[in-house]
Amino acid sequence: MDRKLLLEHIGVEGIQTHDVYRKQGGYKAVEKALKSMSPDDIVEEVKKSGLRGRGGAGFPTGMKWSFIAKPEGVPRHLLCNADESEPGTFKDRYLMEKIPHLLIEGMILSSYALGCNQSYIYIRGEYMYVLQILEKAIAEAYANGWLGKNIKGSGFDLDLAVSTGAGAYICGEETALIESLEGKRGNPRIKPPFPAVKGLWGRPTVVNNVETIAAVVPIVNEGGDAYAQIGIGRSTGTKLISASGNINKPGVYEITMGITVEEFIYSDTYCGGMKNGKKLKACVPGGSSVPILPHYLVCKTAAGEDRLMSYESLSDGGFATGSMLGSGGFIVYDEDQCIVRNTWNFSRFYHHESCGQCSPCREGTGWMEKVLHRLEYGHGKMEDIDLLWDIQRKIEGNTICPLGDAAAWPVAAAIRHFREEFEWHVNEPKLCTTKNYGLVTEKKFEPVNA
Amino acid sequence: MSQENIQFPEDLLQEVGRQIAKFPEGMQKSALLSVLHIAQAHFGHLSEPVMDYVARLLHILPIEVYEVATFYSMYDTKPVGKVKLEVCRTGPCMIEGAEKIVSYIENKLGIKDGETTADGLFTLKTVECLGACGYAPMLQAGEKFHEHLTEAKVDELIEQYRNNPKANYLGL
Repeated sequence: MDRKLLLEHIGVEGIQTHDVYRKQGGYKAVEKALKSMSPDDIVEEVKKSGLRGRGGAGFPTGMKWSFIAKPEGVPRHLLCNADESEPGTFKDRYLMEKIPHLLIEGMILSSYALGCNQSYIYIRGEYMYVLQILEKAIAEAYANGWLGKNIKGSGFDLDLAVSTGAGAYICGEETALIESLEGKRGNPRIKPPFPAVKGLWGRPTVVNNVETIAAVVPIVNEGGDAYAQIGIGRSTGTKLISASGNINKPGVYEITMGITVEEFIYSDTYCGGMKNGKKLKACVPGGSSVPILPHYLVCKTAAGEDRLMSYESLSDGGFATGSMLGSGGFIVYDEDQCIVRNTWNFSRFYHHESCGQCSPCREGTGWMEKVLHRLEYGHGKMEDIDLLWDIQRKIEGNTICPLGDAAAWPVAAAIRHFREEFEWHVNEPKLCTTKNYGLVTEKKFEPVNA
Repeated sequence: MSQENIQFPEDLLQEVGRQIAKFPEGMQKSALLSVLHIAQAHFGHLSEPVMDYVARLLHILPIEVYEVATFYSMYDTKPVGKVKLEVCRTGPCMIEGAEKIVSYIENKLGIKDGETTADGLFTLKTVECLGACGYAPMLQAGEKFHEHLTEAKVDELIEQYRNNPKANYLGL
C-alpha cells in the first residue's frame, strides 16, 4: 500500500545523473506541462492535490501560489528553501544529494506555474558538498535543454542558480532567507507586505521548501486528484520523515500520510523499534520546535485513538496533549534520556540562533538557557520551573518571526508533561547530575499554570 | 598581511564573477555570502583588509560586509586552524554521544572548545545542528561531513588531516 512518489528511484545506480534520471521517467512532467498545460492549469492541479508546505508550517501550497502578485512588467521569483536546519531534520539534504534532478524538475514546473524566469535554490552553507551536486545537475539540465531560453521550444525561459547561506537557522524563515539572498544579515522582515507582494529585491516572490517543490513533479505527472487520493484527510500524499534518536534504523523514510505512529516506530520497514530493547520515553515528532510528547501520548491520542503520521492526528489534542507534524524531524527518546537536559540543549540552540532583532526572543532564549542549565546541573530552585513557564509565555507570539514560538514551545511542553522530572532535579541536586529520572507515569492531563 | 597582498588569483576571480553573474545586473550584493566563503577558504579567515577587498570587488560599502561576516556563524573574523573540527552538539547528536566525542578531541589535541592547537593546525568548535541527525554523532571538517563517529574514527580523521590539511576543502 505504500506509495513512493519522491524516493521511488532512489536506489537506482547513477540516479544522480541526468541520463539515468531521464531513463526512469524524469522530466516527463516538464514535457507534459510545457506541451499541454497552462501555468494556471498547474496551479489548479496543485490546489486539487491538497499539497501542504513540507517545511514545517503546512500551509496549502496552491493557495500560497495564488497569492503571488502579478504587476505588469515586474519579474517574479521562486526561491527554494534548502536552508534545512531544524534540529532532527535532514530529509532535504537526502533528497538533494540522492536525486537532485527531482528538485530541478520541480523548480521548472513551479517556476512555469508562477511565471518566474529566474529562480534560486538557497542552500545552507554547511551543505557545500550538496551545493556542488546541485550545480552539476543544473549544468546537465542546461546542457539537455531543460533550462535556459525557450525550453524545448515552448517559449518559456528559466534560469536556475544555487546560492548559499553561511550558518544561520533563522534563514529558514522565508523573509530572513530573502534578506540573506540579498546579501544581508538574516533578520526577518515584518509582514505585511508578504513576499508574494514584496519579496526578493522588492519583487513578488514565493518561497517553498525542497520537498514541497519536489512533490509538484508527481502531482503534474499523475494529476492533483490522484495525489489527493493518497494519504488521509487534509494530509494528502507522502511525506519524508527524518528519523533519529534511540531507534534501530535512523534515516529518511517516505511514508504515506496516515500510517500509525506505532507502525512507524516499531515496524522494520521504518525505525525498526527501540534500540537495545529500551522503553520509549518521549518523542518529538516534527523537529525540535514542536511540543515533546510523553510515551503515553505518542502512539495514542488522549482520547485513546491511534495516533497517525498526519498533520491532523499529530496535532490532535492541541498543545495540551498533541504536537505537530512540523518538518517531519522525528526524534525518539528512550528511558535513559533526561528531558531537562534535552530541553536545555534545545534552548541553547534557540539562544544561539536568535537573530537578536526582537527583545523577547533575544533576551528570553538566553534566560531560558541559563535557568535550564542550572536546573540540569543541580543548582535550580523550585521557582525556576514557574519562571521558565513565565518566560516562554512572554516570548510566544511577541516576536516578528516564529523563532520565538519555536523556542517557547519545547520548554512549555517539557514542563507540561515532565514537571515531576524538573521537580526531581530541584529536590535531588546531587543525584540528578549522575542519574536519570526514568520514565514518567501516565497521568490524567491537567494544564499547568494555564 | 598588508593590503597589497590581498588579491584573489585569476581562477578565484573568475569564480567570483560566476557568483555575481547568478544575479541580475545591479544586484551583485547578493553574491556576498558566496564570495565571503571563497575569501575565507583562500585567506584562512576574514580579516578587515580581506573584508574591505570583498567590498571593493562587489562595489559595496565595507560596513555591508562587516555586518554580514559577523552575523553568520560559519565566518571567522579571527584566525583559526587550517582544519576546523566542528562537532554538532544539538539534540539528536547529544543523545548519541556528541559530548564524549568533544571531550575526546579536547584531550587528544590538548585544546578546549573554541581553541586552536599551538601548531595552528586544528581548531575545535561545537556547532548547532548540521542536518545529520540520523547519522550521529558527527562533525564537519572544513567542507566535509564525517558521520557515525567513534573514537577510532576521530583518530583516523585527525591523522588524515594532519598529513593533508587541504583535504578538508572540496575544491572548486
